[in-house]
Amino acid sequence: MPLIRSMRNIGHRTVDTIWRVGFAARFFVLILLNSGMSFRRFHLTVKELFFTGVMSLIIILVAGLFVGVVLGLQGYETLKSYGSESALGTLVALSLVRELGPVLAALLFASRAGSAMTAEIGLMKATEQIAAMEMMAVNPIARVVAPRFWAGVISMPLLAAMFSAVGVFGGYLVGVVFIGVDEGSFWSQMQSSVDFQHDIMNGVLKSFVFGIAVTVISLFEGFDAPPTAEGVSGATTRTVVQSSVVVLLLDVVLTAIMFRGI
Amino acid sequence: MSLQPIVEIRDVNFTYDTRPVLKGINMTFHKGKVIAIMGGSGCGKTTLFRLIGGALKPTKGEIKIDGQVMHELDQAGLYEMRRKMGVLFQFGALFTDMSVYDNVAFQMREHTDLPEEMIRDLVMMKLHAVGLRGTHALMPAELSGGMARRVALARTIALDPMLILYDEPFAGLDPISLTAIGSSIRQLNNALGATSVVVTHDVQESLKIVDYIYFISDGVIVAEGTPAEIQASDKPFVHQFVHGEMDGPVPFQYPGGDYKTDLGVSA
Repeated sequence: MPLIRSMRNIGHRTVDTIWRVGFAARFFVLILLNSGMSFRRFHLTVKELFFTGVMSLIIILVAGLFVGVVLGLQGYETLKSYGSESALGTLVALSLVRELGPVLAALLFASRAGSAMTAEIGLMKATEQIAAMEMMAVNPIARVVAPRFWAGVISMPLLAAMFSAVGVFGGYLVGVVFIGVDEGSFWSQMQSSVDFQHDIMNGVLKSFVFGIAVTVISLFEGFDAPPTAEGVSGATTRTVVQSSVVVLLLDVVLTAIMFRGI
Repeated sequence: MSLQPIVEIRDVNFTYDTRPVLKGINMTFHKGKVIAIMGGSGCGKTTLFRLIGGALKPTKGEIKIDGQVMHELDQAGLYEMRRKMGVLFQFGALFTDMSVYDNVAFQMREHTDLPEEMIRDLVMMKLHAVGLRGTHALMPAELSGGMARRVALARTIALDPMLILYDEPFAGLDPISLTAIGSSIRQLNNALGATSVVVTHDVQESLKIVDYIYFISDGVIVAEGTPAEIQASDKPFVHQFVHGEMDGPVPFQYPGGDYKTDLGVSA
């Protein structure tokens, strides 16, 4: 009976998804419980900060610049029809700081650093490096996973801030330098409209939450990957897809709470 | 030589889901001995290896190491026990993001407060023991398979373990590396006064270096003895295994349906 078979498949998938969410939550708690070493031996976290944060910098800065330039061009065209070109700085800054900075930086972070974390841990598992560590009486969650988690959580807000800063510069470049919007209006309107608490800190909070979500998903998928080439490749794909969906979903929830007070 | 048992395996049974893998295994490993556990693929020897390492818990029975029942230990106790053990994985399992030096120094840095100068001396001694002191600055990707296995052996003995477990240490090695690994296992065991358990398929190499051999088939011990006893054995399974015969108690054909029916030919 095809109907019963498809219903059974849906049931299996649902149960499997709930199991995985439960395992991921348990994994997150285990990371927090085993985080002591990440701070006692901070050089382990610093090493991972280099791989997750510094190595993601180029793509974040380039993407931020392009997004800022496009925002400047599109924003100018729209504002010009209302005679409000001087508000270009406000539009660029608020768009970046509140939304585009945290969200796009998180999506790029998931693609660049998240997928790399999943592949690295998945391969460590496939080549028995994780098992070897266990047999050497070294807890892999504390030694391998937790430093990467904290590196991701620390780097994400910094990367989002850099994305926004470079984006604002891109908007300035196209709006002020190339199109000729008044420089004083560009900066002064931005300064008067962007609120530190309401806009900047909420953006930082968003990127912090995205950092936790993307890093936990990446590490869990790597740790849970079947120890085969196919398994690691599937886990890497799942990391990017799940991280992107979760970031966008969290963005909806956080925006609703922060800016609409729901 | 002391006859104090380091490992005691008593009536161990292990079942994956409903499929019994090990059935009533009894073994005793004494200090200073090198023991081989042999058998065909899927006979349960790797499961036994993982049970000895505490990675699995037996369905029934117990494994005692140094007088302590492995499956009754909590995580702290298990880690404490594993500090006295060394495990060599089939393909070495070297940490690919660390140099040869850092791989061998790994456990020393994790488990001791030794100063870096002393760690350096110890690492060089361990690498010298496996003949690879000159590779200390290389990364694992720069080593051949045999060299990687020997570096992994140096890492395994980093903290002078009392029990060393080897999972297929001879798999995929050229004859020179094979002899190097084989003689290193024997010499290091003698030098450390340890006990070594070698899970392997390689009969000829094992017969040269081990003190005692267990043959496992279908989850039970089908033969055991010293290398001389094994070589002289007239048991069909041992004879087939030692002489590498294609057919015998372990059939060439995996059990299946009627051949003619599968070919669509009427009887």
